[in-house]
Amino acid sequence: MIDLKDLTIKKAHEALITGGYSCVELAQAYLDNIKEKDGNVHAYLEVFADIIKQAKEADRRIREKDNVTLMTGIPMAVKDNILIKGRIASSASKSLENYHATYDATVIKKLKEAGAVFLGRTNMDEFAMGGSTENSAFGVTHNPHDLERVAGGTSGGSAAAVAGDMALVALGSDTGGSIRQPSSFCGVIGFKPSYGIVSRYGLMAAASSFDQIGAIGKNIDDIQIIFDFIKGVDLLDSTSRENKQINTKNSKIKIGIPKGFVTGDGIDKDVLKNFTESVEKLKKLNYEVMEINLTNLRYSLATYYTLIFAEEASNLARYDGMRYGLHVDGDNSIDDYFKTKATGFGPEVKRRIILGTYILSSGYYDAYYNKANIVRDLIREDYQKAFEKVDIIITPTTPGPAFKIGEKITDPLQLYLEDIFTVPANLAGLPALSIPSGFKEVDGKKLPLGLQLFANNGKEETIFALVKDFENK
Amino acid sequence: MEIKEIEKLAKLARIDLTEIEKQTYLKEIGAILNYVDQIKEVVAKTGEERKVGDLHNVMRGDEIKKQSGENTEILVNEFPDKKGNYLKVKKIL
Repeated sequence: MIDLKDLTIKKAHEALITGGYSCVELAQAYLDNIKEKDGNVHAYLEVFADIIKQAKEADRRIREKDNVTLMTGIPMAVKDNILIKGRIASSASKSLENYHATYDATVIKKLKEAGAVFLGRTNMDEFAMGGSTENSAFGVTHNPHDLERVAGGTSGGSAAAVAGDMALVALGSDTGGSIRQPSSFCGVIGFKPSYGIVSRYGLMAAASSFDQIGAIGKNIDDIQIIFDFIKGVDLLDSTSRENKQINTKNSKIKIGIPKGFVTGDGIDKDVLKNFTESVEKLKKLNYEVMEINLTNLRYSLATYYTLIFAEEASNLARYDGMRYGLHVDGDNSIDDYFKTKATGFGPEVKRRIILGTYILSSGYYDAYYNKANIVRDLIREDYQKAFEKVDIIITPTTPGPAFKIGEKITDPLQLYLEDIFTVPANLAGLPALSIPSGFKEVDGKKLPLGLQLFANNGKEETIFALVKDFENK
Repeated sequence: MEIKEIEKLAKLARIDLTEIEKQTYLKEIGAILNYVDQIKEVVAKTGEERKVGDLHNVMRGDEIKKQSGENTEILVNEFPDKKGNYLKVKKIL
């Protein structure tokens, strides 16, 4: 029996190349777990039929020493909005329910070359709009720690798969916290790179100036390994760039907490208590922790939502049923669009398209869209100034632990407010990571809590260094 | 905000909404717009040149890099309606 609970990429790799077990056996172990648990969790929208075939090929590569990498044979899950050529990619939407990807995302191409085994596509909020995976057109994903609660979103399936040992690692996407929040809810590590460091080619766009593909895993080494494989400038993504930051600090990392931001209003008291404990732990490790001033931070949610509604509405115009995807016949050519979209899109998607259209319509464009961009720049500048004083900024990842399924879905604004700690990273393009920091006990169930770390643009190595230190103690 | 506004936006976005949807969205969207209105509080000069971080225009030569027909089959397979390799759509009057 392969111990999946404490498995890491390096341990698996060692076993695979020394003959401890084969890639097929490892893949089968995950398949067995999926069979046992996913009926209740529903992390996967599709478990690929050719997993053993993929694993056999990985075994061949190892046997013949044919381009063997750390990722060869490693079973991983992929969020349903990342394209794998020839496979269905639906973004958990009826509008793409039977759409087959016509090309590989760059991150997939890289992982294929490395020999990774793709277990399946994971559930998410439709078109990456939401915060709980309740907006999936194909059913919600349940939190493995408490099946009555959400796994979080929008990468709920990916986080639940890793938390439930149904994948060793997973890819997710993060527009305003969509990797970090579900990772926090599910008790695993979720990482969003600096904007531009990982190619978005082949990631179905939600909000183009916010989206990033990132990694979900159970330990920091695995996160770093995935990041190293998927990062890099890509000519097919003109917003991607080489990471020009060279060396990490040699002197001790300084940590900042945004002044007035982690306070009692609207934040669970156990989250605050847990955060204080994390701060104490960091101080005991001799890290200097200070308050920093981020003047415009309180506008981040309003700025974020204004901009993403506009970008998302624009990006979803392409799903008109003309060239691919669901097509519903109307009375005439233009009526085809009206009917196709009415049928294909869920309520949150429609809501955001209406909002985005409003924000971009003449008469409102200046007051909303242009203004929000200006505020976004101010927030970016606030962070630049703060990073002159500190290297890492910490907050809780979420204002509370995983909420119950159905609890927040009827009030969209309530759900938006859950993003308060995570959106600044996407506004400012900063790398950010959530690590499990403890639990809140509710009704006999231990609900995971998370600590979030931000670093300056391009400084993900600083985050990795701090987490390694924090994790070991 | 009024229902007429929602209807106008739905028309712009080319989405059919049911009467119930219109009512629901009217209420929800009103509340959300109220919330994002906060950004009006921020005092900042408009019209200044905006920085976008490291982003800049990326250009390449206007050259075809793929073989002709390389992707045709896989793309045509996704067409909702086709005739040969042609995408079939309703006529546009």
